[in-house]
Amino acid sequence: MAEIPESILRRSAEARAAKEGRDVEEVLAEMRGEAPPAAAAKPTAAVPGAPVGTPAAASVLPPGDMPKIPESLLRRTAEVRAKSEGRDFEEVLAEIGGGSAAPAVSPPATEAPVPVAAVPQEPVESPAPAPAPVTVPAAAPQAPASAAGGGPDLATLAEQTGVPAHLLERSFKARAQIEGKSYVPPGSDASPAPATAVAAAAGGAAAAPAAAPVAAIPEGVRTQRLLTVVKAGAIQQIKKEPTDKVNVWPHLVAIEFVAIMVVTAALFVFSVFVDAPLLEFANFNAQPNPSKAPWYFLGLQELLAYFDPQVAGVVIPGFGLVGLVIVPYIDRNPSVRPSDRKLAIMIFTFFVIAAAILTIFGSFFRGPGFNFVFPWVDGIFFDF
Amino acid sequence: MANGNGNGRVGLRERLSEAGEHIRSSEAWSSIFRPGSPFRAGYSDTPRNRSYVIMNNVLYHLHPVKVKRHAVRLSYTLCLGGLSFFLFILLTITGIFLMFYYRPTSPAAFNDIASLSTQVAFGQLTRNLHRWGAHLMVLTVFLHMARIFYHGAYKPPREFNWVVGIILLFLTLMLSFTGYLLPWDQLAIWAVTVGTNMAAYTPVFGDQVTFALLGDIQVTANTLLRWYVLHVLFFPFIIVVFMAIHFWRVRKDGGISGPL
Repeated sequence: MAEIPESILRRSAEARAAKEGRDVEEVLAEMRGEAPPAAAAKPTAAVPGAPVGTPAAASVLPPGDMPKIPESLLRRTAEVRAKSEGRDFEEVLAEIGGGSAAPAVSPPATEAPVPVAAVPQEPVESPAPAPAPVTVPAAAPQAPASAAGGGPDLATLAEQTGVPAHLLERSFKARAQIEGKSYVPPGSDASPAPATAVAAAAGGAAAAPAAAPVAAIPEGVRTQRLLTVVKAGAIQQIKKEPTDKVNVWPHLVAIEFVAIMVVTAALFVFSVFVDAPLLEFANFNAQPNPSKAPWYFLGLQELLAYFDPQVAGVVIPGFGLVGLVIVPYIDRNPSVRPSDRKLAIMIFTFFVIAAAILTIFGSFFRGPGFNFVFPWVDGIFFDF
Repeated sequence: MANGNGNGRVGLRERLSEAGEHIRSSEAWSSIFRPGSPFRAGYSDTPRNRSYVIMNNVLYHLHPVKVKRHAVRLSYTLCLGGLSFFLFILLTITGIFLMFYYRPTSPAAFNDIASLSTQVAFGQLTRNLHRWGAHLMVLTVFLHMARIFYHGAYKPPREFNWVVGIILLFLTLMLSFTGYLLPWDQLAIWAVTVGTNMAAYTPVFGDQVTFALLGDIQVTANTLLRWYVLHVLFFPFIIVVFMAIHFWRVRKDGGISGPL
């Protein structure tokens, strides 16, 4: 079993404990294989036989003594495998560990009859995975996996490991190349052991299951490796809580479409009836009285009536713009509830209303010489 | 031949549907529409097809397949941001139309605008749309900003998108202001004169700022050309860049903000 860092084991245990409402230490101990699973353990036991600070505990686990796999997962795996291999579900389940007592040591009794019956009819040439070899691992649980030349042939290996034969072959070739040997297909005539195995299988004798394919990879040993451990900080954390969502099509798109149509229609109607202003040709010798900036600058122009131009024209708009930009960096209050941010709303509203009043004042209440007028008395001196 | 109309002849409807079938199975058609697009696979109202409509659509750049339920509530967004974007598109279209009839030189500019109402089909209407749409856009962008503030939507993780939004507001004002000069009438030049007079009060660099803005020491034909280029190319280009960042960040920061 791959060595799992203590911190990861611990995090996993914490998550599981939180989910199942159990004690962290208890779960941790169980995951290390030091305590019986929760079902058996008394909740009060608080088993922490192992102090937290012993990372060794995680690594000294003997192979095959993996953490318990939940029954439901085992069943699901068995179902899939049974379906893909065309075998009986119960049989597969028993093989992959439904008989939880170390399947590697004793051949699962349930599956014995089937393959024995099947073997004699199985032609040797057939590359199709025969059920027979599957039962065999029982014969040689101790056989080292590295018995490269003397193992079963590719098809058998493929069936045992679940890895497709062509991938296995490529892997063997690569390894042979690394080790500087010439590639010998496993189970070929070059090595004596598989030859006998083939012969035995060909004989179709009842002895076949016993003598034939030596399990290249014993049951219970993982065939995958831990490639890397990605630290939590190195990836973007996505904390996603389930939210109530709707499809953009049609819900949002429909609303947007209607909004666009309404605005377009309103703008068209307005444009049909109200023409954009066009006064006389530009004449630099005849300044109209009053001369006004575009309406969105009239608040500033209004300020010019009260302050020095440097203040009204530079300082105030400059501060306004910078102030707006830094709003999110000043307002550190995390809440978005209006009742929690009365001050922020008050300040912003004050400035918005001030700007609106100044703009309206500059637009409608200023006449010739930028003097104060009542628009209903002296008329409107304003053009869009 | 059993074609359903009983007289054995191939009717127009069959011919049309046959032609449509032919087009839809052509290589050109399937190169235009992505696999899964309703235009290729047909549409029936299933959750999967609802996703496919967005996924196989250029809108996918703008919209995710799903949004939070409150995000489609009209009373939450008031569509202000989306309408600002739409108005920008409308202004681009009408602006391109106007460019066909406009020369940014001193007497010609005014005459071109004046002749829009008499010599160009829909010229006056298009100019009206452009002008009123521009004012409306200033308004919607500002209201969008206010909406964002009152919802506290600038709070983490959306601080930077608020900053981008302020830049967009500033660029919108600049677009509107540069366009203000182009009719080259009394309203235009004096409004711009008043507006740019304030820039002259910039401490230290006042004169330089004015000269950079006007291309002269006061509003002249140089200013007209300069502001024309700013209006039709420079600012639209800049604002599109910032809009792209703005929309991208809206989605990267987890869609629009949550309800109050």
